[in-house]
Amino acid sequence: MLTFEEIEAALIQRHTEEIQKKLKTAKVAVAGLGGLGSNVAFALARIGAGHLHLIDFDRVDITNLNRQQYFIRHIGLFKTEALKQELEEINPYLDIRTDCVKVTPENLTELFQEEDIVCEAFDEPEAKAMLVNGILEHFPDKFLVAASGMAGYGGSNAIHTRKITEHFYLCGDETAESAPGNGLMAPRVALCAAHEANLITELIIGGKE
Amino acid sequence: MLKVNGKDRMFTAGITVMDLLREMEYPAERVAVERNGDIVPKRCFSEVCLVDGDTIEVVSFVGGG
Repeated sequence: MLTFEEIEAALIQRHTEEIQKKLKTAKVAVAGLGGLGSNVAFALARIGAGHLHLIDFDRVDITNLNRQQYFIRHIGLFKTEALKQELEEINPYLDIRTDCVKVTPENLTELFQEEDIVCEAFDEPEAKAMLVNGILEHFPDKFLVAASGMAGYGGSNAIHTRKITEHFYLCGDETAESAPGNGLMAPRVALCAAHEANLITELIIGGKE
Repeated sequence: MLKVNGKDRMFTAGITVMDLLREMEYPAERVAVERNGDIVPKRCFSEVCLVDGDTIEVVSFVGGG
């Protein structure tokens, strides 16, 4: 087992002490732990983002394995639990909070109290809109990073990050909807997740106001 | 004149956010709407009337994640 000091030193060696300090104190909520959220959480855990809040109500299913960061051994587990286990294999000293619940307009204000940055990583468009509306209304000072349009394959450069307002960003191609014949696949979903994770990293380190 | 998603758009005075969404064929359950930089809560879509010079941003979500 690696010690806290060993992992800390390795991260500082890669990122510098100044940057690691910012990452260590970062508080990020990831809402939805599918193709987007599991990849975002992996990226943030790897760079030592210190406080992660993982939110999902669902269990790992065999059809998730084409794009989500789970293994066969996780099938049937709640995604919150499976993902927390995995992230702890990357860095056991992260503060990882999980909530195995469906986000609703009613519980949203309670759930997202603590974090400065909220990552929208849901699958259903209505759920995406509900979360975005709720965060923009109740927490206008938090950074909100959402995603729309990442189905299919190819068209890498159509995936973009767009600044909507000072605190609200949208990643994706904004058009490619998941549908029969245009399914969600690991490469393109991961591209979009990387846009979200990379922007979140920028927001943390840049401390953009 | 309104500015909707960066483009000028003619409108009928007195229309609501919901009317605009219908005109533009946006499903109200899949969007977030900002008016002059502030979120318009969904429950107010049918109440908020648009006025000349408003800048509207409709962020529309498609499925997948």
